[in-house]
Parts: sequence; C-alpha cells; structure tokens
Amino acid sequence: MALLSNTATLLAKELRTEFRSRELLTTTVVFILVVLILFSFAISPTTEESREFGPGLLWLAILFAASLMLQPCFLREQANDTLSSLRLAVSDPFAIFLAKLIANTLFLLVTEILMLPLFAAFYNIPVLPQLHYLLLVLFLGSLGVSIAGTALSAISAQARMRELLLPLLLLPLLTPVLVVSATVSVSLLDREPVVQWKGIAFLAIFDFIFLTALWLFGEYLLEE
Amino acid sequence: MAFLTLPPTGLRFDNIDKRYGGLYALRRVSLEVSPGECLVLAGRNGSGKTTLLRIAARIVRPTAGKLSFPGSSSEADTNGRPGYVAHTTMVYDELTAEENLVLFAKLQNVPQPATRAEELLREVGLYDRRSSAVRTFSRGMRQRIAIARALIHRPSVLLFDEPATGLDPIGISWLAKTLGDVHRSGCTVVMSLHGESEISSLATRAIQLDAGSVVADTSSGASLRSILSFGGA
Repeated sequence: MALLSNTATLLAKELRTEFRSRELLTTTVVFILVVLILFSFAISPTTEESREFGPGLLWLAILFAASLMLQPCFLREQANDTLSSLRLAVSDPFAIFLAKLIANTLFLLVTEILMLPLFAAFYNIPVLPQLHYLLLVLFLGSLGVSIAGTALSAISAQARMRELLLPLLLLPLLTPVLVVSATVSVSLLDREPVVQWKGIAFLAIFDFIFLTALWLFGEYLLEE
Repeated sequence: MAFLTLPPTGLRFDNIDKRYGGLYALRRVSLEVSPGECLVLAGRNGSGKTTLLRIAARIVRPTAGKLSFPGSSSEADTNGRPGYVAHTTMVYDELTAEENLVLFAKLQNVPQPATRAEELLREVGLYDRRSSAVRTFSRGMRQRIAIARALIHRPSVLLFDEPATGLDPIGISWLAKTLGDVHRSGCTVVMSLHGESEISSLATRAIQLDAGSVVADTSSGASLRSILSFGGA
C-alpha cells in the first residue's frame, strides 16, 4: 500500500516537473521527427520498401530518442542530492524506480502516438487497420526500453563517464527488444497483416523479467 | 511550536567501518548518542564527519559495524527516520517551496501534508514565498527550506552537516535559534561544524574525528570549547 501511494506521489511529481519544463517531450519528439523526415527524403522508399524498412527505422528512432530521454532521469536527482532525500523519505526504494519508469513509458508513448500519423504519412503506410495491435507492441516495447533504461540510468548517473555509459550499456541490452518489436511491427504493417503472438509474448516476458530484477535488486543501484 | 517530536531517540554506532576502495573513511567508530543530546562532530576536511552523518541518515551503508536507534519504536516508523540536512538543499529547484514540502510530507505519510507544510513554512519564515520556485531562493532561504524538509515528519533525530556554510551573520543567528528550539523540543541533534560559532554554543557534547577515527570525546565546558575551536583547523 505504501509502495503504491509513494509511487503515485512521485509519479505526480515527475509529470508536474516535465509538463512544466517540457524538456524531455520536446527533445524526443524533435529527434524522432528529424530522423523520420530525413530518412523519408534520403531514401524515398516505395510503398513495399516502406512496409519492410519503415517499422525498423521507427524503432531505431524510438530507441535513440529514449536514450536521450533516459539520460537525465537520475542525473536530475544528483544536482541537489534529491535522490538521498527520496531514499530517506520512501518506505520502499522500488517506488522511486516505479514512478520513473511509468513516467518514462508515458513520455515515450505520448511521443510515439504523436509521431504515428506522421510516420504513416511520410512512409505511406496505413496504420489504422492494425492500430490496436500496433499500440500493444509500442506499449510493450516502450515499457521494456523504460524498465532497462531507468535501471541503467541509475547506474550511469553515479559513474564518471555518465554521458557515454548509458547508451553504451543500453543499446546492446535492448537489441532483442528492438529486433522483436521491429519484426512484429513489420508483420502488422504488411499488405497481409499477421499478428506475431510469439513476439508479443517475448516482449511481455522481457518486461516481466527486468521488472522483477529491478524490484529485487533496485535498492543496490541507488546506493552510493 | 511546530518542531515538537515524539519521545526522543538516541543513536548508537558499533564498530563502524566505511571503506571506499582501499581508503578508510571511517575506522572502528563506536559511539553512543543519548536521547536529547546535542552532539557536535568536529574535525578537518576529510576526517569522516559527513560519512558518519550519512551513515546515521542511512543513506550510506557501512562496510562493517552496526547502527541502531535505541528508544525508537520501530525501524519502519516514519518518526524513527532521521531528519538530515546536507550541504545541498535536497529539494527540487523546479518545484515551489510548498510543493516540495507537501511532496516529502506525503512520501512520509504525514497526516494533513498541506497543513503541516504551511505550519513549517511559517516557522522558517518562508510563508510569503511559498509559491516561488526554490531556484529563485537565496542561500539563506534555501537553507531554511532544507531545514523545513528535514523537520516535515517530526523526526526524533536530526542530523546537520555544516549547517552554517554560506550563511550571513543574520542567517547564522536564525539557524542557532531554530536549532535551539528543535533541541529543546526533545530532538537528538548531531551536527558537524567547522570552528566555534553561535551554533556551537548549543553543543552538550563534542567529538573530534581524525582520519576516520574518534580522537577526542568530551562533555565538559573547557575541553568542549577546545575541540570546537580547533576542530576545523
């Protein structure tokens, strides 16, 4: 109960801070937009090529944008040592992670939902027919990125080469999520769409395992 | 008085070691702080004062040894958690003074968090600036909000790490009065200080740390002043 109430309080703080500054949302939206436009004009893909390569490109843009977004996640807590005051205040340190990863997932999802119509327009791919499945893949993929990214952000924030460390750890770790999310998305956006339930199950299991690991060992990541 | 606490709690360090790699920050520190005592930690930079306070605040885990709070009803009890004021404010610059206090009150299940926040804002003289973001505050105001945050859950143990750093004489007088009020309300106070000041006059006991070990411990007037005046050298 205390975990849920602490998480809700911290999540409200994360959202208030972000919607006041709009730093993270602006960065990710602009980044994904630039990548999508740039590749759309550079490659000028046909509809078939778009169906084949578009989803992979979208996920690559999401992954890089997420690594930008996750960087300040714990770094912001270092400026005034607010991480210490949070650790003193909360009854379960997992609440700190839970609030941050829910906030990160929400920010990523908002960005993706904003970008989806533009992606459909630039790459001439109709996303509406399979939108519900696509949103499920985006949710599970984004959750995986956020869980692993939030944990690594806590580690890298205390390291010396923190700006370099997060992408260095994050990208290899998230390769399976990226590959599976892109593959499932390609199948969904195909001329004859197929729902790859195995891929969706893989994403759900990845999220569950990493969330459990964070719950069990997260406290140690916050220690000085 | 908004500072009133539950029955006071003491602090006990049993053979505490803290090592960073091969470097000892603290070496076999054993110390008992009685409930209601005002203990000053003195010593040079790097002598281990901050590490000892951060271990007492349970922010840093000791490499060896045990920390306990004799008299505390429960480890999980909110009031059993020490209030800690560090070199930094430990509050969010982008939130207002009121938002910060309500946030930390809610996290610690303080009943009526908004009322408690308002009470403390009046107490530390920031009520008129309650809606201003902390980033707009002066050094003295930031120290006040830091103290308010540490007191929000009515802790029975308060830990201050060089609380007078960066304060002007008026700020130091205010801090000495506030700390006096907190101590008189029954709180156990442990603070690190550099040299003698208005604040050090509150001390009922002083210990001197050197290279992570306790080298002097006294409660008597003359020795206490001697430790306080040379501790920061």
